[in-house]
Amino acid sequence: MLEPINVSLESLNLMTLAPMLIPIIGALLIITIDIIKGGLHKTLYVGLSLLFLLMDFGALLDASGVFAQNGTVMGVFDVMMIDGLAILSQFIIVGASMLFIPLALTHKRFHEFSYPEFFALFLFMIAGFQFMVATDNLILVFVGLETSSLALYTLIAMHNRDKSFEAAVKYFTMGALAAGFYSFGAMIFYALTGSVEINQIASVLTANKFEDMGFVLVAVVFMLASFGFKLSLVPFHTWAPDVYEGASAAMAGFMSIVPKIAAFIVVMRLFEFLVNSGVVWLEIVIYAFVVVTMTAANIWALIQTDVKRMLAYSSVSHAGFVMAAVLIGTTQANSALFLYWALFTFTNLGSFSMLWISRQKHLPAYQSSDHSYDKFAGMIQTAPMAAVIMAVFMLSLAGIPPFALFWGKIYMISSAVNADYKVLALIMALNSAIAGYYYLKLIVYMFMREPIVGSNGHVYVANATLSLKTIIGFAAIGTIFALIAVNPLLEFITSFVHASGF
Amino acid sequence: MFDHILSILIFFPALAGLFGFVIQKDSVRAYGVAVAAIEFALSLWLWYAFDANVSGMQFMEFLPLVPAFGINYILGVDGVSLFIIILASFFTMIGIASLSDTKNEKNMIITLLFLQMTMVGVFAALDAIVFYIFWELSLVPMLYIIGAWGGPLRIYASVKFFLYTFAGSLVMLVGMLFMAYYFYQATGTWSFAILDWYRLILPETFQLWLFVAFFIGFAIKVPMFPFHTWLPYAHGQAPTIGSVILAAILLKMGTYAFIRFSLPMFPDASVFFMFPIAVIAIIMIIYTAMVAYAQEDIKQVVAYSSISHMGVIILGTFALNVEGITGSVFLMIAHGVVSGALFLLVGVIYDRRHTKMMSEFGGLAQVMPRYATVFGLMLMASVGLPLTINFVGEFLSLLGFYKQSHILTLLAGVAIIVGAIYMLAAYKRMFFGNVTNEKNKNLPDVNTREWLALIPLAIITVWLGVYPKPVLEPINNSVESIVQLMHEKSITAEAKERIPNLIKDAEAATSAQEAH
Repeated sequence: MLEPINVSLESLNLMTLAPMLIPIIGALLIITIDIIKGGLHKTLYVGLSLLFLLMDFGALLDASGVFAQNGTVMGVFDVMMIDGLAILSQFIIVGASMLFIPLALTHKRFHEFSYPEFFALFLFMIAGFQFMVATDNLILVFVGLETSSLALYTLIAMHNRDKSFEAAVKYFTMGALAAGFYSFGAMIFYALTGSVEINQIASVLTANKFEDMGFVLVAVVFMLASFGFKLSLVPFHTWAPDVYEGASAAMAGFMSIVPKIAAFIVVMRLFEFLVNSGVVWLEIVIYAFVVVTMTAANIWALIQTDVKRMLAYSSVSHAGFVMAAVLIGTTQANSALFLYWALFTFTNLGSFSMLWISRQKHLPAYQSSDHSYDKFAGMIQTAPMAAVIMAVFMLSLAGIPPFALFWGKIYMISSAVNADYKVLALIMALNSAIAGYYYLKLIVYMFMREPIVGSNGHVYVANATLSLKTIIGFAAIGTIFALIAVNPLLEFITSFVHASGF
Repeated sequence: MFDHILSILIFFPALAGLFGFVIQKDSVRAYGVAVAAIEFALSLWLWYAFDANVSGMQFMEFLPLVPAFGINYILGVDGVSLFIIILASFFTMIGIASLSDTKNEKNMIITLLFLQMTMVGVFAALDAIVFYIFWELSLVPMLYIIGAWGGPLRIYASVKFFLYTFAGSLVMLVGMLFMAYYFYQATGTWSFAILDWYRLILPETFQLWLFVAFFIGFAIKVPMFPFHTWLPYAHGQAPTIGSVILAAILLKMGTYAFIRFSLPMFPDASVFFMFPIAVIAIIMIIYTAMVAYAQEDIKQVVAYSSISHMGVIILGTFALNVEGITGSVFLMIAHGVVSGALFLLVGVIYDRRHTKMMSEFGGLAQVMPRYATVFGLMLMASVGLPLTINFVGEFLSLLGFYKQSHILTLLAGVAIIVGAIYMLAAYKRMFFGNVTNEKNKNLPDVNTREWLALIPLAIITVWLGVYPKPVLEPINNSVESIVQLMHEKSITAEAKERIPNLIKDAEAATSAQEAH
């Protein structure tokens, strides 16, 4: 006879679910509103999404206060784990989403934003990412990963262009493969250790001194492939440029930031104990991933003729750069990852938003693609303000001080130096120099070429509205004045990362 | 007011540049001149308030930037940096004042003002990261100046300039991070302050590696052979104002950084690399002098001669004694004045004829006598005629190196004679003989706007050549303290021997006097 199980409600610690439940409630509300009265304007849904994201952010602030006092909080049968990494990454996820969602208020009408489902899916996706980072449990990671990924495929496809369908299907196929790899990897870990909790896996593997090394190898390879797809590490990056090209520029900017930080958190939790436990080949494999991803993506980016594809390769390269933190694995490196990504959020979302406001519905004859380099020729003469802002974003991406990304770069390279990865530090530095070329190429087009005859500055801001300009203003201010924010940010991040034992 | 004069000097032009956006297009030149003149007056004030007898840093400022990582906004000047700052503000002023008619003049002037911020910042920074920020940031305005107002190959030249320097300075950045890490290991605190780094004594092997990392960044900037290939392109394509600022100030960042970073931080490595670098410097002097002789384009002649003289500066710096380093700092200023003036002069003739080919000219002395006079003066200064500004610097640099090696100094001295040959040959082709080209018959002589720039330069050239003491003395005081620091910090026996001990020498001198 089965004993009735008694679980006290307090021990469940349901408050740990609050940050995820808020966007879910928001999404349900949006759907409900649509059922009751359809055909409402997109501004309503943008406003609602923003409100719920703000509440989500508030809940996170609350959770961070709790964490600063009591340390890591477990909840819901110890499935949820709110530690420093979870809180920091959720700040980035929700923060970037808040910057993203007003980008729906474009001047031109786009298909996807007229559906309330877009916003509902968006909020479900955010909840999925939040679940993914706030747990130690491989099954919940999987649930979060799939919730968010399926929503994301749909959001891409809703852009309703041929290329968007292609992108969505491509992303879906690759994502399905990655999900398969992931479940295989998780299965082997479970078979080896009898647990799906990463810290349990770690302690069991360490206790038996990795005696089943062969199986660990297989599991790790599956996991690496799976997260390789999600993080677009070379050679699993092939989907990235096509998907970025097919998705709307705003969505591409979002994809370059939020899904990746979520995947990075899981990679950090899973791989850092493996790297640090003396599994030498894993260190070599990740080292190779880091170097190849940075360098190869940089070289591919050199030859792109479309700015959006260039930015796609550039974000692949940035992901490789940040992956170095997982390899190095010190507290400083992990803090550098968060610092880098927080600063990257502003810069990269800003540069994709600049593409978004110059979105054309019909291409003129001289333009081969929507955001070809030619389009930006002589921009300084026709739209000087926009050109200067775009140049600032490019300089920041290239790592020119004192703009935002320089501080992330210097701290990341410094963490490599301090952990005695001398060659890696040099490779990271020289890759920044290679990357300088293709960012510079856009600046050269904007500032040094003559404008195409007959083009006026209007094309660069054709899609702009006040809210889009506000977002770009935020991004630009964040990029230019990052200097002031670096110290408080660094102290906050380091204390949180340190307190979570990474 | 004096407490923050360096911050004012750095950020005043940038702030003024921001306001410049609202100035009407046709009035912006007057605005630019006014701002640059105020900046120059402030820099003169800095000189006035500067205490020449103090060898250490003055007008220090401190503001925490990222204290968690040891990055602070620290500024200060000593005799080495003071005059380069004055030179930078001076050249920006006359550069804007003598700017010939350019398209998008407003953009040009605003860019120059931003460039001035970065130039002053580099020379006033006493924190490695702040230094690096200005060092990198200075590339951006220059990229724009070359790329937007340059000649037909301007985009290639500007991108090459940018990427070459950017790659070098990233290696330097890694070196800086290593240096900070060693400092952290030694003291337990993070610091990027240069004065803190001075106190750190590193083992020789570390010094060698770090020296190389910093060297790559600096050598590309100077530019030293074989990293010099970007400079002829940059000079060849840049507009006059770009070449002037590049030659007069931006190249000095590299040589200045050697004195500020490499020598005091890595004295043993400096001694270790003294002869290899001296050989490179001499190759640089001789090789570029010969290349200059083969040029058809007068601007390229000036550009290569400028590289050649940078070789003498490097040679003086790596003499590692007071005479050599003082001479090289003085020569930085002299080279700035003279090569800046020569580029301005080339610009004068280019504005009239839109060509820089020497074969197009000939007999200009008859058509433009004033122009020929000023050109002749600057040319004589450039080849190091006594009683001109370059002579003092070159003489001291070579004197300093003579103490280290007689043969190499002799070679360098020969090279200066080669310098005289190609410069005089170029002068002959352009100015003497009969006017053969019809187009040259009616060229107008130097106009008021050009006089405005050239006369002060001519005065300085002669004044500091005849009486260099006001500049030389503060430099000398600061250099003495640097050399003494190097002597005390050095650990190998060879370094102790090569770098003179000034206190001991002074004591020996006084005791010898007492014995008499």
